[in-house]
Amino acid sequence: MVHKLAIEAEGLLKRFEGTLAVSGVDLAVPEGAIYGILGPNGAGKTTTIRMLLGIIDPDEGWRTLLGSDDPVSMAHAVGYLPEERGLYPAMKAYEAIAFMGALRGLSLDEGRRRGRELLEGYGLGYAADRQVRQLSKGMAQTVQLLGTLVHRPRLVVFDEPFSGLDAINQGKLELLIRDLAKEGTTVIFSTHVIAHAERLCDEVAIIAGGEVPFAGPVDEARDRIRPRVRLETAARDGRWRDALPEGTRPEGAFWNFELPETGVEPLLRALIEGEAGIQSLSIERAGLHDAFVEIAGEAAARQLEADMAHEVGSETR
Amino acid sequence: MTDGRIEEHTGRLTRWQAAMVIARRDFFAILFSRTFIFFLLGPLFPIVVGVLAGGIGSSVRDQVDQPELGVMLDAGATIRLGEAHARLYPQMGGALPAIQRVEPADPRTALQDNARNLGAILSGSIEQPVLVGTQDQIASWHGPVGLLLAEAIREGAPPERPAIALVPTATSTADVTRSRLVTAQSGQVLLFLLIMLLAGMVLSNLVEEKGNKVIEILAAAIPMESVFLGKLFAMLAVSMVGIVVWLGVGGAIYLGAGNSIPVLPEPAVGWPLFIAFGVVYFSMGYLLLGSLFLAIGSLATTVREVQTLSMPVTMLQLVVFFFASYALAATGTWVEWFAILFPFSSPFAMFARAAIDPVLWPHLLAIGWQAASVALFVTIGARLFRRWVMKSGPRGAKKRSAWSRLFGRKTKLT
Repeated sequence: MVHKLAIEAEGLLKRFEGTLAVSGVDLAVPEGAIYGILGPNGAGKTTTIRMLLGIIDPDEGWRTLLGSDDPVSMAHAVGYLPEERGLYPAMKAYEAIAFMGALRGLSLDEGRRRGRELLEGYGLGYAADRQVRQLSKGMAQTVQLLGTLVHRPRLVVFDEPFSGLDAINQGKLELLIRDLAKEGTTVIFSTHVIAHAERLCDEVAIIAGGEVPFAGPVDEARDRIRPRVRLETAARDGRWRDALPEGTRPEGAFWNFELPETGVEPLLRALIEGEAGIQSLSIERAGLHDAFVEIAGEAAARQLEADMAHEVGSETR
Repeated sequence: MTDGRIEEHTGRLTRWQAAMVIARRDFFAILFSRTFIFFLLGPLFPIVVGVLAGGIGSSVRDQVDQPELGVMLDAGATIRLGEAHARLYPQMGGALPAIQRVEPADPRTALQDNARNLGAILSGSIEQPVLVGTQDQIASWHGPVGLLLAEAIREGAPPERPAIALVPTATSTADVTRSRLVTAQSGQVLLFLLIMLLAGMVLSNLVEEKGNKVIEILAAAIPMESVFLGKLFAMLAVSMVGIVVWLGVGGAIYLGAGNSIPVLPEPAVGWPLFIAFGVVYFSMGYLLLGSLFLAIGSLATTVREVQTLSMPVTMLQLVVFFFASYALAATGTWVEWFAILFPFSSPFAMFARAAIDPVLWPHLLAIGWQAASVALFVTIGARLFRRWVMKSGPRGAKKRSAWSRLFGRKTKLT
């Protein structure tokens, strides 16, 4: 089935004062998909998003957003939550939402009406007339999130949306993203937390060192690594061991090894015919984390883990 | 499905509509802020202080006696001099200093006497007088005192003055030119002060925007040119409100002060058109300088950087103002043409021209040229902003100062 693309980009390259920030990014985001941009801090996620949205222009390459090569001209159909959250402190909560809608072409009156409605829906109706400076950090983040959605965009882009949220609000946001996708909205979000991408995304772009070594369905990324076999046998030795990859050693009663390229059927046949006495056999598909390590490399994975640890540390403090 | 999500309330904004969204937000935000109160009061402080100081000064001046001429002559000569003074005073009035008898002594010592307000001492005799005083004072009184002495020497009644028929005319070429120059210069000064006062506010507004991190939301939603234009127009509208308030206060002061405030001569294009040109050229001058400040603001990331970068521009604007003022005295020369064509001096030069030349068509050309310059500066500012500000380089990348970004050598590609 051929999907229409919400975003298509090829060869995006951006330098800042001679330093290569992003190099040769190719992306194709299908309409209606939940798409993750996964990578450690400083990998080029924000720069890529800014180029896709037309906030900055690429030095090389091209991109289309909802079919237009002038992304800002499609702003009325796009919602964007930047990583650095910002609102006018003196504005009332519902006015802030209405203003963000007005920037995207929504009439102010309708924006105000929807602003109050959305705040009510999120249990913040009591804060609608409060100034942003009077709101807690979490409430202000919610106001900005609602401002991103008030004009009912076709495409929503969240830059590190889970940053700074507690576990409950992270869960709420995951639910919101799923609901948006159910309604047909394309959702793109960047994150350095693999678990979010793994739980939510249909497709991911893995970005490291300003490059995108992989972009495509999550399953395809996981299939980059051969599944692992965990086998428990009654026999300790026999002809069946020839079917196991070379160098496989027993770990107690278990054998752990990579599924041979020939697949599971020839392996099973060899085990049965060789009278291995199969007690249990499980085939574990690789997780996105392993896929990330395989695709982006050990260093990028370590960086990713360090970022997560840093964020958890910051929240604990 | 998805296309149906964009409802009738939402639509693509034109650049002007987008600019108006920004302008409306900024205008009301500033108007209802405490900053606006201080903004309004700012220029009133010097005016109030000036009026108070003027009043006090005037009062002090009234209380201090005018300097008198000390007469250190013998008794007879002093009487004759007094009689001569009485005869001349009706004709000469204030030009003739009041006289006061002083006991014979050293004139220099008498001048130091704080109990008296003596400007100079006349000693010697009527036939061989000696005038002692400061250089300025004796130069000023040399003529009147000579006349007074001549009158004292002369015997008999004073000669009859022939009656002079007085025929006042409305004006003369020399008078009109001179008086309109005064209007032109006053207009330029007012324009300059207002523009300098208000254009800087745009700069702090943009820096504040960067500080509260809203700028990325704006940049993602509408073209940066619209953001810049919106901010300029918002501040222009705020300025107009400020000017209306200041004019109101100024008018009240004028009404209260009555005739003590001098009235400027009528400009060549007439007062209504001159005021209209004042509004237009203020707007243009403000937009030009404001767009330049916005371009500077786009390079700066901190208030300190803004101050560092805006100082030379402020100084240059002062130079431009002096240049435009100088061009007033060089009508028809290349100096005036340059002042008209150079965008930043053009509003000053053309406003002054409106005071001294009634021809209107050059104003249309100048306003068009100034508007084009504004558009150019806004575009350049927006591009600089997109190029230098909206970025998030690799972690650990060294940040460069605005100065370095502007004038430094480019780093080699890695």
